[in-house]
Amino acid sequence: MTPRTFLSLIAMLALMAVPLSPATAQDAPVIDRSATGGATTLEDILLRQQGIKVDNTYRRDATGNPELAAPIQDQLGTLGGVSQSEDWQALRYNTADVTVSSRVPAAEVIMQDSGMAWQKFRSGPLLTYGGWLLAGMLGLLVLFYLVRGRIRIDGELSGRKILRFPAVERFAHWLLAGSFVVLGITGLIQLFGRYFIIPLIGHETYAPVAIAGKWVHNNVSWAFMVGLVLVTVFWIAHNIPNKHDLKWLAVGGGLFSKGVHPPAKKFNAGQKLIFWAVIVLGFSISASGLSLLFPFELPMFAVTFEKLNALGLPQLIGLGELPTTLAPHAEMQLAQLWHAIVAFLFIAIIFAHIYLGSVGMQGAFDAMGSGEVDEQWAKEHHGLWLAEVKAKSAKSATPAE
Amino acid sequence: MKSMWLAFLTIALVAVLADVGLDYAGFSSQDVTSSPSVRLD
Repeated sequence: MTPRTFLSLIAMLALMAVPLSPATAQDAPVIDRSATGGATTLEDILLRQQGIKVDNTYRRDATGNPELAAPIQDQLGTLGGVSQSEDWQALRYNTADVTVSSRVPAAEVIMQDSGMAWQKFRSGPLLTYGGWLLAGMLGLLVLFYLVRGRIRIDGELSGRKILRFPAVERFAHWLLAGSFVVLGITGLIQLFGRYFIIPLIGHETYAPVAIAGKWVHNNVSWAFMVGLVLVTVFWIAHNIPNKHDLKWLAVGGGLFSKGVHPPAKKFNAGQKLIFWAVIVLGFSISASGLSLLFPFELPMFAVTFEKLNALGLPQLIGLGELPTTLAPHAEMQLAQLWHAIVAFLFIAIIFAHIYLGSVGMQGAFDAMGSGEVDEQWAKEHHGLWLAEVKAKSAKSATPAE
Repeated sequence: MKSMWLAFLTIALVAVLADVGLDYAGFSSQDVTSSPSVRLD
């Protein structure tokens, strides 16, 4: 897998259509290798130096043929009918019959060439764009705060409290939220540590921090997955879109103007967007996380690519068919990159959620803190839900005939 | 706020149990990556 193919895969995974450069789009040039007896020519080397893709099957398939080889007693005869360079080609392209004593499936892969492309993407675009995404979201929230200020309750507080989330739902939320924050911090330390923390505190101090961070990240992930399942079970029915969501979205939920309070049930359209983002990103990051937790045991990309190819999605955006045979290392590299890409999106979205649930909106934290909110807050932000709760309590208070 | 603190405590407990449990179940790195002929302890 060439670096360019590797980056194309990432682009596909990120569901971003990356226009291919002419070098990839054009057919590989046909090279006459008769002068070298089929071996690499100067033209091959020059094209490679220019970044132009060269069909390497002439090397990939040159792994020797004992049946056609010269006998060992001849001048050009080789042991087993295969020369050393042919043996190396087989090792280079993973077609050699390798036997190892280690149980790890990846141990049989002697050479894999996707590592450099992975490392370059990880230390380049991933950190750059990911970092800017988080910084941009924080900047937007600060700007929003400066322009809009804290969203306050417009009416007078009633003093009457109403239960918004029972204890078990708050527990599930905090299980998910607490583990997410820990995972986010430890994940960012692992990702950015080499570039930002080591220059500050040095290798010796960073090493135990990284090791502890890895332990915490690996083991706290289970609480995150449990929290995710609980939250899904508790709230999925309340987050099915309805007609009120369109009205809510049409006025921006009243977030940008005072005195605007579109009707909403238990969750408004904005919260539903957050919920579905958490579900989709949460399960996706859990899948790639499990793949990373059990190295080489749960490969998921070759299978996914096979399904995507069958649907014709990669072909639709000009990537052609994605490879369905991936080296174990490539599976892990893709899982790591996908994990990080989803994490960046996830963290950026949760920044907005944390802001609105704390300093951004008066009374919002109470819903998840004590579980009770003032009736006036409920009336302004979840009017339809308040009416439903009141109707239910009135019904239960009515004595049976 | 009790729910929040209970959830945070649960996160810590789950983390420790996951670590110990996975090791006990044979999912430690040394268990997974060494051949049967290797004596681990």
